Amino acid sequence: MARMTMIEAIRDAMDVMMGQDETVVVFGEDVGYFGGVFRCTAGLQQKYGKTRCFDAPISEAGIVGTAIGMAAYGLRPCIEIQFADYMYPAYDQIVSEAARLRYRSNGEFTCPMVIRMPTGGGIFGGQTHSQSPEALFTHVSGLKTVVPSNPYDAKGLLISAIQDPDPVIFLEPKRLYNGPFDGHHDRPVTPWSKHDLGEVPTGHYTLPLGKASVVREGSALTVLAYGTMVYVAQAAVAETGIDAEIIDLRTLVPLDLDTIAASVRKTGRCVVVHEATLTSGFGAELAALVQEACFYALEAPIMRVTGWDTPYPHAQEWDYFPGPARVGRALVETMEA
Amino acid sequence: MSEPGPLSLHVPEPAVRPGGTPDFSNVKIPKAGAVPRPEIDANPEDIRDLAFSIIRVLNRAGEAVGPWAGLLSDEELIEGMRHMMTLRTFDARMLIAQRQGKTSFYMQHLGEEAISCAFRKALSPGDMNFPTYRQAGLLIADGYSMVDMMCQVYSNARDPLKGRQLPVMYSSKPHGFFTISGNLATQYVQAVGWAMASAIRNDTKIAAAWIGDGSTAESDFHAALVFASTYKAPVVLNIVNNQWAISTFQGIARGGAGTFAARGLGFGIPSLRVDGNDYLAVYAVAKWAIERARRNLGPTLIEYVTYRVGAHSTSDDPSAYRPKTESDAWPLGDPIERLKNHLILRGAWSEERHKQAEAEILDSVIAAQKEAESYGTLHAGGKPSARDMFEGVYAEMPPHLRRQRQQAGV
Repeated sequence: MARMTMIEAIRDAMDVMMGQDETVVVFGEDVGYFGGVFRCTAGLQQKYGKTRCFDAPISEAGIVGTAIGMAAYGLRPCIEIQFADYMYPAYDQIVSEAARLRYRSNGEFTCPMVIRMPTGGGIFGGQTHSQSPEALFTHVSGLKTVVPSNPYDAKGLLISAIQDPDPVIFLEPKRLYNGPFDGHHDRPVTPWSKHDLGEVPTGHYTLPLGKASVVREGSALTVLAYGTMVYVAQAAVAETGIDAEIIDLRTLVPLDLDTIAASVRKTGRCVVVHEATLTSGFGAELAALVQEACFYALEAPIMRVTGWDTPYPHAQEWDYFPGPARVGRALVETMEA
Repeated sequence: MSEPGPLSLHVPEPAVRPGGTPDFSNVKIPKAGAVPRPEIDANPEDIRDLAFSIIRVLNRAGEAVGPWAGLLSDEELIEGMRHMMTLRTFDARMLIAQRQGKTSFYMQHLGEEAISCAFRKALSPGDMNFPTYRQAGLLIADGYSMVDMMCQVYSNARDPLKGRQLPVMYSSKPHGFFTISGNLATQYVQAVGWAMASAIRNDTKIAAAWIGDGSTAESDFHAALVFASTYKAPVVLNIVNNQWAISTFQGIARGGAGTFAARGLGFGIPSLRVDGNDYLAVYAVAKWAIERARRNLGPTLIEYVTYRVGAHSTSDDPSAYRPKTESDAWPLGDPIERLKNHLILRGAWSEERHKQAEAEILDSVIAAQKEAESYGTLHAGGKPSARDMFEGVYAEMPPHLRRQRQQAGV
């Protein structure tokens, strides 16, 4: 075991996979010599050479498009889009190509590839360094979408993603890179070194894609969250004293509906929390699925606490970000409903 | 220079519209044999002229002349002839089949047969093409089963793609033919990535990217050139300039650039322009570029100058936007006629042998069609299972798809 931040855990996952599989290549903007603007690829070029880890031109479509070609050849590219906010130029390649290669060629060509993207807000990133575009991926058949919330999960899930035979969108909440964050921006942040989940095994291990994690057991209601919102939900639960069960989804597609449904059938209540905007966000899918699977167990309407339906603002960061107070109010309302 | 006044937008127009007299006087056609053949390791700066000329081998008389001539034997040329004739016959049969309602859609290659057929012959086993929907000659010239191609067009029970894809969107890994996408230009940059992968793995295989004149305007075209140039990827970047993108003449995509080949120069990529209706010239230039890629000398851009004689697709009527007789006026003629004349001049072919070949090829295409139709057509006979619809989205079917398949009752 070793103490790692989420950045180090992600770097370590790539290190482990590059070490054991020569077909794993890592590239993106500033990813090579410099080691990434968030340090997630630091040292990899030095260790594995310029043809395994390299800098790319500033062209998201080019990065994803070439990676698809490499994957079709038989490599396992693990590429980086510097911010999820900048994936849009590559969206055609992701949706029309990566996601459909296997289907449209009846398995002749496949796309074992990971696209890493720092995601989420809470860092005064403004409109183009804060977005949470997961619903734009979960809506696409053929993609898997993963959002880790801690170093241990990040490494295990990223190794699984790299080994996975299908394209995986790996969204890394950059707010969590250095330590967990519960939305209390006025308090100092605890680094991962002081957190249990900063204990990360060295070497190779995996966590299954499509398996949620119950991070707090409870009986009063079920909170469905992922990424930074896992910690916000924990704070809200602690502050309201409601005995909630908190589920960290970890993988959005494929979704662990069994764990979700079992919890809601037990608690009878459900609150969905995400940073992304409300309308047609992934919360809508979660609410619909819970309603279908647990209708007769539900004792209250399913509530969603999310970002507002606006672009992510700068000055109004904490009015936008769904913090513990807003989540706490939803928990109380759901209990009273 | 005029005084500043109100600005006005320039919207290019083709020289002639329906009702007008076709006019290609603006297309400068150099004499066959006039363009030099540089060494394959030539400095791109030194061969810039090749992006503005047209490499041609066959002259008006049907003779093969100049430095790009002399690469193919009689037997090889006759084989190339048969490939082009097969593709044309295949197209004609599938066009009729579409009109008969046996499938929903078809796209033919009429006038462009030399490009994909000759290029395929210059590749080696293991090389990978990233084609558009108008390079089926790559499959025909590599001996891919016409029955399988037709089954794909018919989306029948034997369709290799299980009825999931629109007609002509073939895929055949064993034949170095990457799965075709409806989204234009996406494969251009993927080809560069495939070539980079081959280089990363110290392999000896090269990639060939394909795009039409219209699609060079897509951003993926530019991304492909940047990446190919930056990493010196072993890729041949092919642009088939058939003058038309559905109803839009090539000037709309080309803008102020003299040629599409010239696009490569700004990226430091050696760029050549070739007579796309000259089987010998296409082969010679393809061979040159493939050799460059194979020797790790980097990418080459090739513009094939040709003309889309047929409609864009079975859903298109070109008489709505261009003169009906425009293809007759096309100065580079017909690729099959030109090779035929050349072979006759060489004493390797004759009108009789041509007629005989036509009859044989028609027989073989009809036989393939009969077999393909025995497995069903789009609306009749065998078809892929509805279960196939749910397979292959992922390597392993996730729970939500299993539930949906159950709901669909299949």
